[in-house]
Amino acid sequence: MDDQHLDNAVLLGLQEVMEDEYPQLLETFINDSRDRLGTLQQALGAADAQTLRLAAHSFKGSCSNMGAPLLAGLCRQLEDAARRECLEEVPALLERIAAEFAIVSIRLKGELQRHRFG
Amino acid sequence: MASDRLVVLIAEDSPADRMLLSTIVAREGHRVLTAANGLEAVALFEQERPQLVLMDALMPVMDGFEAARRIKQMAGEALVPVIFLTSLTESEALVRCLEAGGDDFLAKPYNRVILVAKIKAMERLRRLQATVLEQRDLIARHNEHLLSEQRVAKAVFDKVAHSGCLDAPNIRYLQSPHALFNGDLLLAAYNPSGDMYVLLGDFTGHGLPAAIGAMPLAEVFYGMAAKGHSMPEILREMNAKLKRILPVGVFCCATLASVSFQRRTLKVWNGGLPDGYLLRADGSREPLVSRHLPLGVLDAEDFDERCEVFPMAPGDRLFLLSDGVLEAENADHQLFGEQRLLAVFDANRQPQRLFDEILTAVERFRGRAQDDLSMIEVGMMDVGMLSSAPVPFVDTGQQGPLDWSASFEFRAESLRSFNPLPFLLQLLLEVRGLRGQGGALYSVLAELYSNALEHGVMELDSSLKRDAAGFSRYYRERGERLACLEHGFVRFHLQVRGDQQGGRLELGVEDSGKGFDVARVLAEQERLDGFCGRGLSLVRALSKRCAWERGGTLARAEFHW
Repeated sequence: MDDQHLDNAVLLGLQEVMEDEYPQLLETFINDSRDRLGTLQQALGAADAQTLRLAAHSFKGSCSNMGAPLLAGLCRQLEDAARRECLEEVPALLERIAAEFAIVSIRLKGELQRHRFG
Repeated sequence: MASDRLVVLIAEDSPADRMLLSTIVAREGHRVLTAANGLEAVALFEQERPQLVLMDALMPVMDGFEAARRIKQMAGEALVPVIFLTSLTESEALVRCLEAGGDDFLAKPYNRVILVAKIKAMERLRRLQATVLEQRDLIARHNEHLLSEQRVAKAVFDKVAHSGCLDAPNIRYLQSPHALFNGDLLLAAYNPSGDMYVLLGDFTGHGLPAAIGAMPLAEVFYGMAAKGHSMPEILREMNAKLKRILPVGVFCCATLASVSFQRRTLKVWNGGLPDGYLLRADGSREPLVSRHLPLGVLDAEDFDERCEVFPMAPGDRLFLLSDGVLEAENADHQLFGEQRLLAVFDANRQPQRLFDEILTAVERFRGRAQDDLSMIEVGMMDVGMLSSAPVPFVDTGQQGPLDWSASFEFRAESLRSFNPLPFLLQLLLEVRGLRGQGGALYSVLAELYSNALEHGVMELDSSLKRDAAGFSRYYRERGERLACLEHGFVRFHLQVRGDQQGGRLELGVEDSGKGFDVARVLAEQERLDGFCGRGLSLVRALSKRCAWERGGTLARAEFHW
């Protein structure tokens, strides 16, 4: 299934690598990403472009590993804006990232349910 | 395989990525250490010394660049591969990874197959480096071992080589401290009558094989020179010995020279070395050309020990050099060569500066110094200025025989090939009272013997030796006549008597020749100081009483103690 939010092929690959620890990986990603969103909000409040850039970069890496291409793309735009110190672009981007993460995390939780009880 | 199991440090600030990487690496059978930032990574590295590091570039607290630098520093010479984990795409950032000591990159998202392949590739590199270091250390240990063996060998050899007289006041020489292991050999010794023997040798090859032949060669040289053997005998023995012990293809290019201060002669045999030179006080020079194959090449029956003899006046110098000078090569592969050497000779004004001038010329030619050159220079001096070495003898502490006489007759065939002097000297040195005058005894024996043989038996005219041309003619004829000698004899009569206080040796040397006008010749010799005039007056100076009887065919000399 071609999905902009979550790439099933990537998830299958992760499942194969992680075996029993697959659910734990997904949970870790969800929790870590929630923390990162908090970090990003704080950095925006403090107008700290450097922290914004680092956190966005790191978030982008995780997203690409977890097969969330749309979210990874938004993080890349955020990282880019922070590098250019165009903080005025950040609030809108952050909003889109939060919305996209909500979708991804719902989908991942569904995946967790399937994996545990399916 | 257990040996494939590595300890891998993963430094990554994102927990999900860290978990993913750890699992991939652990599934490959490696032990995983994890760190969430650069500082943790450095601390873990110090504690656990992992063999491979996967390092995120951008991390809080301490970034991957700094952590990689510190880890590389701690690792020292050992290769600890650092693979940077990055989604960085700008080339500038990739350059920073390499500059920090990174060995490879892995881009996000991680691909398991590529990661595993990279770990394997890095492991091969790591082992290669470890092997190189091991072998380097092994080679260093071997080299140290070799050098210490060479030091021991050189110390042993120096004991033998330095029993000679290279430190005599008329000798100047230059030799590299590594000469022995370059195959270069430089020896000098007195014979019992104070003649000086000099050998410059150059063994083929380098290292221990080149050095190994030096020891027996030096033993033969010193042993035979001290016992009064002639140059041809020493050459024959050296050649035979080297031929016997050296493998095929190893031999010794050599020049052997003897300088007689009493006769003022130079005798030279050159087998395979560059031309030596007799540098005359007047600035002219006589090349001493190689006319023979090196020592250790020919069998005894093919070996040619014939020497050339030159008159040598005070102020004349014998100069010998190894091929290192002529074969010094510059960057354009040109050789220094003979012409450049001769130019240095021509330009030389102060004899004592000659070595330095040659070295400087070679250095200028090559653009850098050369440290494997051997050179020696031997000057002609007055007899009194040199001290000859004591004649070697194993003293048993006993008096030796004190009341005996013996006569020996050596006929033509023996005279052609046998030198009776060392034999007679050793016999006479059995008498303890004579040991202190071994040198004088040998000189007198040698002088009387050569007079008896050359002027008596072979009827050579000593007046030929008045000038340089006649001189070489004299020695040429001496060789020719001796080679086809059919008749004649030389007799030695020895009479030893002892008493409570001391004793005396009465020596008679008799020949089959026609004799000579004793009174006239002696009177003539008083006036002469040329090439031929030193013999008889020398005998008179060294022995207690001396006289000629039977029309000059019997010479008598006495030694007292």
